[in-house]
Parts: sequence; C-alpha cells; structure tokens
Amino acid sequence: MSAFTAVLRRDLTLAFRQGTDTVTVVAFFAIVAVLFAFGVGPEPNVQARIAAGVVWTTALLAVLLSLDRLFSQDFDDGALDQLIVGTDALIVVCAKTLAHWLATAVPLLIMAPLVAMALQIPASGIAPLMLSLLLGTPTLSLLGAVGAALVLGARRGGVLLGVLLLPLYIPILIFGTAAVDAGLLDVATATPLKILGGFLLLALALCPWAAAAGLKHALE
Amino acid sequence: MVRAMTAAAPSSLYDTAVLTGDQLACRRGGRLVFARLSFEVGNSQALVLRGNNGSGKTTLMRLIAGLGRATGGALKWNGVPVDQDTEAHGRRLRYAGHLDGIKPAFSVRENVAFWAEVWNAPPDDVDKALAAFGLTHLSGLPARLLSAGQRHRVALSRIVLGRAPLWLLDEPANTLDDTALAALSRVIADHRRKGGMVVMASHGESLIDDAAFLPLDEFARHANAIEARDPEASAA
Repeated sequence: MSAFTAVLRRDLTLAFRQGTDTVTVVAFFAIVAVLFAFGVGPEPNVQARIAAGVVWTTALLAVLLSLDRLFSQDFDDGALDQLIVGTDALIVVCAKTLAHWLATAVPLLIMAPLVAMALQIPASGIAPLMLSLLLGTPTLSLLGAVGAALVLGARRGGVLLGVLLLPLYIPILIFGTAAVDAGLLDVATATPLKILGGFLLLALALCPWAAAAGLKHALE
Repeated sequence: MVRAMTAAAPSSLYDTAVLTGDQLACRRGGRLVFARLSFEVGNSQALVLRGNNGSGKTTLMRLIAGLGRATGGALKWNGVPVDQDTEAHGRRLRYAGHLDGIKPAFSVRENVAFWAEVWNAPPDDVDKALAAFGLTHLSGLPARLLSAGQRHRVALSRIVLGRAPLWLLDEPANTLDDTALAALSRVIADHRRKGGMVVMASHGESLIDDAAFLPLDEFARHANAIEARDPEASAA
C-alpha cells in the first residue's frame, strides 16, 4: 500500500509544481467551449440546445490532451522500469490513474458550471451535468490509462491515442449528454446516470488489468 | 558455467541464496543476442558482464531484473524459476540502469525519499544513501540543477535503500568522477560483506577486484554460430 500512496502523492505533487499541465487542460476546456458559443451566435435557445453536447465533447478532448503524458514521462526517464520492478504494475496503474483523474478531471468539474453558464444552460441542467461528469470522467481516465499504456514507445503516440480512444468514449458522451437533456426536459435523469455508473464499474473492473499488461509489454 | 567468487565469509544479513542463469537465450527484434548462457552468483559474490557495445549486457541485465523474458533457458533463485513469482523477484533486487528516473521538479532528497517509500525502506535509509554518495550537501537542491554525474550519483544512491540482496548495476562507472567511483566501490564492498550479490555490466575497467567475469562477446558469437547453422532450430 505504501507504493500506492507514494506514487499517488508524487504524481499530485508533480502536477501541482508543474502546474502548466493542469492549467493547459482547464484553459483548453474553457476556450473551446467559448469558441462554440461565439460560433453558434447569441441565440439562447440554440446555445442551450447544444450546450450539453459541447461541454461533454470539450471535456472529453481536454482529458485526451492530458493522457499523452500519463505514463510517457515515467517511461522516458526510466522511473517506470523501477516502479514495475519494485512493485506490482497494477498498483502503479491504479495510483497513476487516480492521480490523473484528481489532477485533470477534478479541475474540469470545478470549471464546468462556469462553462455551462457561458453556454446558457438553464439552471435545471447544471446538476445533471455535474453528476454525469462526476460519473463519466473516471471512466475516461480508466480507458485512457489502457490507451496510454498501449501507445507507450510508439511514434506520435498522442495522435494514435486519439484514434484509439475517441471511439471508446462515444457511449460515455451519449449518456452524459442524455443526462443533461433529461434534466432540461424535466424527465428522470436517473437512467442515463445509472448507465454511466455501470460503465464506471465495468471500467474499474477491467481497465487497470489491461493497462498493467500493456505497461509490462511496453517495457519488455 | 561461470561461477562468481566469494569476497568474504557470508554474514547473516541476507538469507543464503543463489541466482542461477541456466542455458539462457534471448532474441530481440528477430536477432539472437546470446545463447547457452549460464552463470551462478551466490552470497557475497560479484559477477561482471563484459562485452562490447551491443553484446547484450543491458538485455541480460533487464532479463535478470524481470523486465525482459528469456527465449530459452531459465533464470532461477535458489533453484526456483523467477517467473513463477516476478513480484517477489522484483522486491529482492535493485536495478540501476542507463535511465535515472529522476524528477527535475523534485529536490535530491525528495527524489530518493520517494523510492524509499515505494520500496518500504526505513526513512533514515534516505540520509544513509545520500551520505554514502556524498550528496548530503546537495539534498535540498532541485534535481534539474544537477550535473550529469550528480544525477547519476542520485540514481545510484537508491540501491542502498531497504535491504535488497541482489544489485544490478548497468555500467555504473559512466560519468562518475574518481571520488564517486571510490564511494561506489566502498558501497559495493560493504554490500558484499553483508552477504549481498552484485551483477555489474562494464565495458572497461572493473570496480571490483575479485569478481568473476562473464564474457558476453563469446555468447554473442555462440548465438551467431547457431543462427548461421540452423535458423529454424534456434528459434526455439
């Protein structure tokens, strides 16, 4: 367990000290969402109609932007060798994925209501949006860990990662926006949120093992 | 079979153990790097891997560390193949490779303390490690300000954290100055006095007087001969 807390704490400290990573992700999220607001024009009805999809798509791309470095820094400087030798790959994956979620998705969650307001989402849509992001972003991080482990050592891994992961992110996008739409139409939001929760449980059960296997393979 | 020699009577810090390579072969990128490679290292013994660039020193090192897989033969700890429990094998070794795994944003001390925590080493091992490699006065310095040699010393200092009986040092003499070399050979001698084992790769001078040598060039020639004669059979 000490390896888990050590890796988690180290990654969070690094994210905090090299704050640019987190700031870039959050700024990207806000700027792209605002670009949509300008692109669509000041029609409140149109904005509100597409806002949920815009927030979710932008959040997804922002997470993708940060996944590139999830394992590659440790891979490039040799720390990953040491971690895999000295501890269980599964512990390393779990700690690093949790650190990734805390350092990138949580700032996004904090930023999301502001972005939603800029896109004129009515108040009834904010709570479902936050809940869907809370349930959906850990799944993004977990799937992302598998992708990041698979592209380790590949040339232009960042681009490959997008091609690999974005199709897998589609179901989360569908049910994330469905939850917000349900909130806006004042129908029960529970169903899409439960499905997002189901995705999360499934990802928790499968992704760490797949990512650990990917890491071991990358180091051989 | 190359047998390593004992430096002193084994003491009781580490359990009696022996690391054996049994007819190891390794293929990388379709090329047979070495074949029929056997060796044995016991308590207090040192084995130096000798060979030219590309003779498979790092490949063998990573294989012993559990970061690679042998295409033939077996690596054994006390007669038990290590791939039966790679995690337990990882816990009993320290590997110092070419990459240092040092985070520039952390201080020297934070870098070493992180690994002490990962490996469950007692906290005062950090100061011992820094002192052993003459890094105490640098401990508060951010690692990004270190010179190449200093970074290498920080990376090497991690081997003394905790109590791992097997040390794998891949060309540790690179970039070290005379003082650091002396410190390293002191640390190695101390480790062997306590019954620890050392496997070291080197293409030049040796830090250890009484080590056994494993001439990897010879095994690389074996591999070439096998491939030349029968490419099909050697795939096994």
